[in-house]
Amino acid sequence: MALVLQPRREPSKAMVWAAPVIAVLATLIVGALLFTALGYDGFGAVNAIFIQPLLNSNRWQDLLVKAAPLTLIATGLAVGFRANVWNIGAEGQYVFGALAATGIALLTLDMQGLWILPAMVVAGVLGGMVYASVPAFLRVRLGVNEILSSLMLNYVAVQLLFYLMRGPWRDPMGFGFPQTAMFSLDQTLPRVIPGTLIHLGVPVALAAALTMWFLMARTLAGFQVRVVGAAPQAARFAGFRETRVVWMSFLIGGGLAGMAGTFEVSGPFGQMVPTFPVGYGFTAIIVAFLGRLHPLGIVAAALVLALTYVGGESAQTTVGLPAAAVGVFQAMLLFFLLGSDILVRYRLVRKGAPPARALPVTASPATRAVPGAAE
Amino acid sequence: MTPELAVSILMAVVATSTPLLIAALGELVVEKAGVLNLGVEGMMLIGAVTAFIVASATGVPSLGVLAAALAAALSSMVFGYLTLTLTANQVATGLALTIFGTGVSALLGASFVGITTGTLGLVFPANLATDPILRILFGHSPLVYFSLLMTLGVWWFLSKSRAGLILRAVGESDSSAHSIGYRVIGVRYLAVLFGGAMAGIAGSYYSLVLTPMWAERLTAGRGWIAIALVVFAAWRPGRLLLGAYLFGAVITFELQAKAAGWSFLAPEVLTSLPYLATILVLALISSRRASARLAAPACLAKPFRASA
Repeated sequence: MALVLQPRREPSKAMVWAAPVIAVLATLIVGALLFTALGYDGFGAVNAIFIQPLLNSNRWQDLLVKAAPLTLIATGLAVGFRANVWNIGAEGQYVFGALAATGIALLTLDMQGLWILPAMVVAGVLGGMVYASVPAFLRVRLGVNEILSSLMLNYVAVQLLFYLMRGPWRDPMGFGFPQTAMFSLDQTLPRVIPGTLIHLGVPVALAAALTMWFLMARTLAGFQVRVVGAAPQAARFAGFRETRVVWMSFLIGGGLAGMAGTFEVSGPFGQMVPTFPVGYGFTAIIVAFLGRLHPLGIVAAALVLALTYVGGESAQTTVGLPAAAVGVFQAMLLFFLLGSDILVRYRLVRKGAPPARALPVTASPATRAVPGAAE
Repeated sequence: MTPELAVSILMAVVATSTPLLIAALGELVVEKAGVLNLGVEGMMLIGAVTAFIVASATGVPSLGVLAAALAAALSSMVFGYLTLTLTANQVATGLALTIFGTGVSALLGASFVGITTGTLGLVFPANLATDPILRILFGHSPLVYFSLLMTLGVWWFLSKSRAGLILRAVGESDSSAHSIGYRVIGVRYLAVLFGGAMAGIAGSYYSLVLTPMWAERLTAGRGWIAIALVVFAAWRPGRLLLGAYLFGAVITFELQAKAAGWSFLAPEVLTSLPYLATILVLALISSRRASARLAAPACLAKPFRASA
């Protein structure tokens, strides 16, 4: 029985949401087999990464803490991805925003007041926006490919971090370690549930996703973003300015990445260190796709990817899985998602089955848009 | 400047330019066929680690280069299957390939960090390259001559050969190429395969010639610079050669300045130079907007599926 792909009459709504589930399941199965083939305890690894953190209620707070920055960054990136604006520089914007917040923190180390933390958040968001405006400007004014420019700036932001930690911002009382002083109480993100690790960033991330859901679904700006991505020609006829959408995408993406950076440095880290960038900016790209570029889907996807961080850490000790395995699992997740996305526009039928009564779906500008993006 | 110093700087520029040139030549052919593979960095890392492992295991570095080409070509087929057969988004799939290559290479290379292996030797007898001038001609790694021959080969293939004409047709107008009977997807698969093999060879240059050792993320974003070079070169092999050597010069400056311990530029600034130079060059080249846009293959990154 040979199976062939047959175009659907219209994209399947059910498949849009089934594809991520298929992708996760395929990752678990193929991941277990792959790591077994590589000489590790493959099934133990999948169990430790994807199952154990869910069963152990002590790890739930870790999941929420890791999911918060992923949600924030992915929510911002999804705006651009919908409009075919490819901001790959979230990692740099996250670092730069966190550095801006750190700058405020170092200036206010001896001060007290409830205004300090909000000032850090404002600086962090602005920092992320400023850093994201470089690729936005280059694309709008000079036509520079934003994928390459935003990506290059990731490396530059990390070097800036290293420079500041090694020299100007190093804690003079820190025994020569390349890190800043510990932040004061007024500079630290409060915990929303006392006795846990769950900080204010967790509910804020959820609120940001809900707000973005409303903005994308109910406002003209959100509509413009969706039209520019799905039907650039129509957008031009309607008078929607592409440059506006590019700027909006980068400013929202950069701002939310900067906010995530601020929450991380003032929350879990409590000071700035050279090991601050842990790849959230790249993982958030996977989160955005797995969540179908939909804010609520992103929240769920962020929890799945948070599993790979939390579970990956414990898998290092329990089954001796190297840290790099996490990246392999994350990439497999994205591969399987992109692969199963074809089921949104095509269906698997037996060879020789009658075709659907409709014009076949051909390559049109609309298919340049992210496949299966949920409306 | 003594002739010896000038020659050693020139040799360093050639050495750092070569992997950029090899990877970018591969990507140029891929893009000419209308496919944008952003996985170059990942494929280079897979090539680098494979080359090192095979060279260590067999003691034959040239086998390492071959294995690197095969392994990276294999990984490019994952990209090919997803984007060409399953029409997945090329940008997202390329990013996934880079994430995958970064992870897999770190995983496979974990037990090879910090050890050394035999490096790829010279192609000409050493006594030919004693004189500074002769060194410029005969003192390079075999992959340097390979990169120059491939530049010529890719130029000839794209502009003079019939197969190259078909490849360009597929990249410029997939539906026309399809309607006159060319197999668009088949041509694109071959192009992606070639791009993968070249990225793998470029990766092997880092772990067997330039560094020569294995470390996580050994290629440090050079794969992305290779992709930028293709844009800079306006999809022309001759200009690619120029661009690669320009960037080789920037990277050589970075390394030499660090080695000399210049204090007026922080090492972090020097490390940032190639990335900043990439952005600057892209800005300069793209500001001549019309010409840059016309040079790009018309079907770049657009999925194709035969409708009949």
